[in-house]
Amino acid sequence: MTAAIVSSAPATGKGAARSATSALAKHRQELSTVAVTIPFFAYTACFLLAPTIIVIIGAFQTRDGGFTLANFAKLAEPNTISAFVTSILVSIASSVIGAIVGGLASYALVIGTKPNGLLRRMVSAISSVLAQFGGVMLAFAFIATIGINGIGTMLIKAVTGLTVNPNWLSSLPGLITIYCYFQIPLMIIIFLPAVDSIRPQWREACESLGGNTWDYWTRVALPILAPRFISAFLLLFASAFSAYATAAALFSQRSILVPLMIQGAMRNEMDPSQQGFAQVLAFAMIIVVAIVMMLSHAVEKRAGRWQ
Amino acid sequence: MAVNNADNTAPTAPMPPQLRAARARRQSIIKFVILLFTLGFLLVPLIAMLVFTLRHPLSGRWSLAPWVAIFTGNGETLGADLTVLWQGLGSSLALCVVTVAIMLLLMVPTMVIVHIRSRALERAIEWVATLPLTIPAIVLVVGLGPIYRWLSADVLNTNPIWLCFAYVVLVMPFAFRAIAVGLNSIDVKTLVEASRSLGASWPKVFFKVIIPNLWQSILSASFISIAVVLGEYTVASLLGRMNLQVALYQLGQSNSQISTAMSLLALLFGVVLLVALDLISGAMRKRKEGK
Repeated sequence: MTAAIVSSAPATGKGAARSATSALAKHRQELSTVAVTIPFFAYTACFLLAPTIIVIIGAFQTRDGGFTLANFAKLAEPNTISAFVTSILVSIASSVIGAIVGGLASYALVIGTKPNGLLRRMVSAISSVLAQFGGVMLAFAFIATIGINGIGTMLIKAVTGLTVNPNWLSSLPGLITIYCYFQIPLMIIIFLPAVDSIRPQWREACESLGGNTWDYWTRVALPILAPRFISAFLLLFASAFSAYATAAALFSQRSILVPLMIQGAMRNEMDPSQQGFAQVLAFAMIIVVAIVMMLSHAVEKRAGRWQ
Repeated sequence: MAVNNADNTAPTAPMPPQLRAARARRQSIIKFVILLFTLGFLLVPLIAMLVFTLRHPLSGRWSLAPWVAIFTGNGETLGADLTVLWQGLGSSLALCVVTVAIMLLLMVPTMVIVHIRSRALERAIEWVATLPLTIPAIVLVVGLGPIYRWLSADVLNTNPIWLCFAYVVLVMPFAFRAIAVGLNSIDVKTLVEASRSLGASWPKVFFKVIIPNLWQSILSASFISIAVVLGEYTVASLLGRMNLQVALYQLGQSNSQISTAMSLLALLFGVVLLVALDLISGAMRKRKEGK
């Protein structure tokens, strides 16, 4: 051990014993650094790694603990497929709308304003609140707006005489609208830094080289923004796909989305026909989100080349 | 349009200033329309919430009753039992405190030391800490179910406060980012070496040198954690424990006006927290630029 340390120490002519002790000290320091991280890794092992492993193992387990792939048969049932299709549809639609509107809003916040202007700071503060504003409160907000007794519903009735379908909120377009409510602010937060990185000088350079607005957008700004836009879109997709609380507050009984189906499966865990179903659904969700996140990282890496 | 014409007539010359002004005007119109539309969409439901709390949905009478009920703590005039709400609010506030405490104890010392000593470990911690973004809470809760069943039966009890263990994991990605920003904005290594060479012990370096330099990011990590914990519904409801959001949901079944008013209050609290956060990060930016 000592010999190895001595031979690895640089031979600068100093005493071998001295470099051995400093190498030992270094070794000890490394060990103590690792030791400091033990609580963190132990904690995440208990409350992050262990639950994930329980999900994955549970997906492959029979009732008495043996290995099986039979649980996955449930994924092919029409109910499950339609929940996945609905989940993915709602996520894609709300992310597309959220990404476009949020992207435009970030652009509007950046052009012609000072980097620390009041409007911009206000909007980004509101956005960071609203992006976190998922959950039950969001459902209340929309019930108050276009629910049966919602203010919007009453106004529409008073002004145009039309009655809004009380089930509109729990329809697909209604759900997409509600999801947009947190997707747009989320996009603003994620995308603002990207738009910030666009320099006005690039536009001037483009102009002095004879380019017009169209050239500037198609050849300069959009190619630079595209990877960041796509990775932001993927993040929005993941956030919509994993959102649970709002939908749970809106539909107490119907399991039209994957997270709601997991809820149902968890509540009926004692039912033998539901064995491992929650775990299989959760496992499938991990796969979907992991693919999306990997894509997003890959796109970000490409974007990194520009910075 | 004018811009295009100008470019066609003088392809190589820079744009005349008046055309640039025209473009700026057009840009500001586009900007105004986009922001009006976006902010309108975001503000309408909030305004509707406020009106909804003031106007009784069935009788159409206007009154401050839900707000009075919340601030006096007495929902009897509206026929609502508010004990659930106070229970939920109480456990959510307690959860905020405990979660933030565990999060800080777990993350700050580890991140500081790893930041100084080992790039590889720092990356490993970053990867683990941001992992909860990839594993949705609804998935985590499926795995947490057995763990919590065991915890509440054999080790602890069913008190909602023990949700803090799961919540620390949920806030980890946000807290990590906030603290990492702070660590990158100061030169921790030099600070530590300077104070160590002046004879300060490790605890002294940590509490007297590093923490005072990091307090802004520690605050912002705490604020964002509080915002996340106050808004958490998934884990609490599926593990069958009471917190603010679960209480709001239950109360919403019987008295939607009070729960809408309470949601607005929670939202307002969130706005206050995050505006404070914005001011803090503004101060941090200034300090970094000033360096």
